Amino acid sequence: MTGMVRVGVDVGGTNTDAALLRGSEVLATVKVATSADVAGGIAAAIRAVLAAARMAPRRVDGVMIGTTHLLNAVVERRDLSRVGSLRLCGRATRALPPMIDWPDDLRRRIDGGSSLVGGGLNYDGSPIASLDRTGIRAACRDWRARGIEAVAICSVFAMVDARMEIEAAAIVAEELPGAAISLSHRIGRNGLLRRENATILNASLMHIGRQMVGAFRAAFDGLGLGCPFYLTQNDGTLMSTDFAARFPVLTIASGPTNSMRGAAFLSGLSDAAVIDIGGTTTDIGMLVAGFPRSRGEGAVIGGVTTNFRLPDVHSFGLGGGSVVRTDGALRIGPDSVGYRIRDEALCFGGQTLTATDIAVAAGIAAVGDPALVRQLDDALVGAATSRMRVAVAAVLDRMKPSADPIPVVLVGGGSVLVGERLAGASQIVRPEHFGSANAIGAAVAQVSGECERVVSLEGGTRGAAIEASVAEAKRRAVDAGAVEASITLAEIEETPLSYLPGNVVRIAAKVVGDLAA
Amino acid sequence: MKFWTLDEPDIDRIALGAGILGTGGGGNPYLGSLVAKALLREGRRICLVRPSDLAADAQVLALSGIGAPTVGVERMAEGDEGLRVVRAMEDYTGRRIDALIADEVGGSNAMTPMIAAAKLDIPVVDADGMGRAFPEVQMTTFFVHGHVSHPAVLADFEGNVMVVTAATSPQMLERLLRAGTVAMGCTAYFGTAPMSGAFVARYAVPHSLSQAWSLGQTVLAARAGKADPVAAIVAASGGALLLRGKVSDVQRSVTGGFVRGRLTVDGLDEDAGRTLRIDIQNENLVARDAGGVLVMVPDLICIVDAETGRPIGTEEQRYGLRVAVVALPAHALLRSEAALGSVGPRAFGYDFDYAPVGFSSEALPAPGYGA
Repeated sequence: MTGMVRVGVDVGGTNTDAALLRGSEVLATVKVATSADVAGGIAAAIRAVLAAARMAPRRVDGVMIGTTHLLNAVVERRDLSRVGSLRLCGRATRALPPMIDWPDDLRRRIDGGSSLVGGGLNYDGSPIASLDRTGIRAACRDWRARGIEAVAICSVFAMVDARMEIEAAAIVAEELPGAAISLSHRIGRNGLLRRENATILNASLMHIGRQMVGAFRAAFDGLGLGCPFYLTQNDGTLMSTDFAARFPVLTIASGPTNSMRGAAFLSGLSDAAVIDIGGTTTDIGMLVAGFPRSRGEGAVIGGVTTNFRLPDVHSFGLGGGSVVRTDGALRIGPDSVGYRIRDEALCFGGQTLTATDIAVAAGIAAVGDPALVRQLDDALVGAATSRMRVAVAAVLDRMKPSADPIPVVLVGGGSVLVGERLAGASQIVRPEHFGSANAIGAAVAQVSGECERVVSLEGGTRGAAIEASVAEAKRRAVDAGAVEASITLAEIEETPLSYLPGNVVRIAAKVVGDLAA
Repeated sequence: MKFWTLDEPDIDRIALGAGILGTGGGGNPYLGSLVAKALLREGRRICLVRPSDLAADAQVLALSGIGAPTVGVERMAEGDEGLRVVRAMEDYTGRRIDALIADEVGGSNAMTPMIAAAKLDIPVVDADGMGRAFPEVQMTTFFVHGHVSHPAVLADFEGNVMVVTAATSPQMLERLLRAGTVAMGCTAYFGTAPMSGAFVARYAVPHSLSQAWSLGQTVLAARAGKADPVAAIVAASGGALLLRGKVSDVQRSVTGGFVRGRLTVDGLDEDAGRTLRIDIQNENLVARDAGGVLVMVPDLICIVDAETGRPIGTEEQRYGLRVAVVALPAHALLRSEAALGSVGPRAFGYDFDYAPVGFSSEALPAPGYGA
């Protein structure tokens, strides 16, 4: 990416951020209000950031977009397609039909009828039953009669061997020309119900996903850009627009990941805590090898349990606008004056004592007018300052991987509260441009490849099995646009299958590399 | 005879409590609870009966799932596996089965008898053979007290049924069932020889489904009332909080079908400076701190999310998780000389004798039975 000119855009619920980078240099950042017309809002942000740096649109090599548009579609239950669910399972799994654990309202909206047919695999790759082609055609005819245009296909142990899903997809494509088809082996991990849930969500989003990509293309046409554009995935890596149109569900939780990736880039740290103190809350997350540490359990999206991993971020109610109360025991937050801080805080001439006023009185923050907080009692200021530091340090300690002090990336409008020292921090870095870390995280996003397999180690070695998985993950990363030489291993997971003789393990490998120019 | 007819919220509570009693193993009861609730919505009934209310000559079958949880969440249940086991046992013995019972209340097998019982419209005994989870078939209070090792039935989702007409020991039965399970694709269901109502009333760990319900109820109530679920678990179970902290190291390896390993939890807040080390063999076996062994099998070492009380399985443990470690005393049936030979520390290869934590007590029947 040396010298590549990139624009990163992050569309949040309130603001749309854009950042322009040349190589690793941030040339400009802008923040505009998110508009109802998402594509139009993105185009306006791109235009503004290019204008700010006097950059000609033709010189941009790539535009990377992170958006919560499709998450909102699921949460608000709008523009979702009805989905036919095809499960390749033989007689297995029938006690738990598709969508069994969905919220009723969402199921009623999306469920286009399910069909459980012959097919599917055992853990060792042997078929549970041969593929029931006749049954698949019959299901498709039923769906066609009822106007279903999206199909989710999920085979038992698809990640052991994907060929049955691929063959079933070919039959569905013949019977339902033009249908949006979503295959589980490209979406999720081991655990049929969660993977199937994610695959059904994906199928239901394919129509609106295509519309979104089309709207982005149309909006960009007017900008004079000659470059490709990409969307960021839940794991903080990029996908092409063609890929995004096929796997829209992989975009829906990319926001927090982009912020953490931006923090890693701006600070130059790959293993650190990121403490983001805003107006109302403090969010603390951990960077491990440059990527956010994820939560153990799968993400719940619009009430549906999936197997996507989200960053492990701990939030609590301390921010620059937190209200400080001194009647009785000293209390700070969790309520906040929020965005009204410039009207309500004492140091800005308001009437409310806030956390920011304490920091100004203590001399650790230089905002507003210090004269307006001079009357505050020294003992109160001392007690409140130490209370805030202790609160942040306590959560930091819970999040840290070990008792050793670690570097801290301190960001956000409320980060003035903490000062220059923090228990548990080996150093504190306050990078520039942090207000746009989400957009910068999108701009510098890399390309990933993943591969998951269940293998028996009898008659083979663990090393060879891992190597084969990593090689497949690399192949997928190169397919997705990565420069082969830049690819590194991001994650390897090895889960033994317990309670059985024989060394059978599930191996999941993930690699990342830089986007080819 | 009093019955407790379960509703959907009862199933959720039992599933949550069964996860806690799984002591890290036993598989996740979530999928089984979905099946049980779907059966209730179809109009089927799930009725529990107290062991003391069983007729002395009632025929009670212990029914369990067997295999790898990683396979079980992918090639999920067909739904009639348990039914197939019961029918085959009835055919072989020529006698009707009157009630089902769980071998292990800890984990997914708390749900297994309920699903078959709903389809057969027979009751489930509010009791089990472990009061927790253990890795092997013969580690039940049933086998400790002379339960015969045959006949036994193993069945899968497709209709394959294996009847073990003779096994020379419970250990041999375990080996035969494992071998059959591998042939069936690593998940199957089994039932051991029918037991009499009198035997179950005497040797099953009583009211363990009630105990699971009450643990689940207390955690949900604490969450709803913004109270501390961990404190609620301790209060409801007569257990002891060993430590609150974060997982600072997980070592795991698979040998002979067991996940063996060691978990290190560093104390936080009030427990700062203390460290617990927990040995794992599918389940949590032994917990020690700098002063030596604190808790050992068969007493329960339960690890839950420090904030939500959600049970955390061995396979899910990882660096940085914030957990609470709670010790629960095992039922007196597991603490006898005979039981310790099967489920005490020496049975798991340790060279020290059992030292109990807290006092065994008997779980009360849930309020669902009425006054």
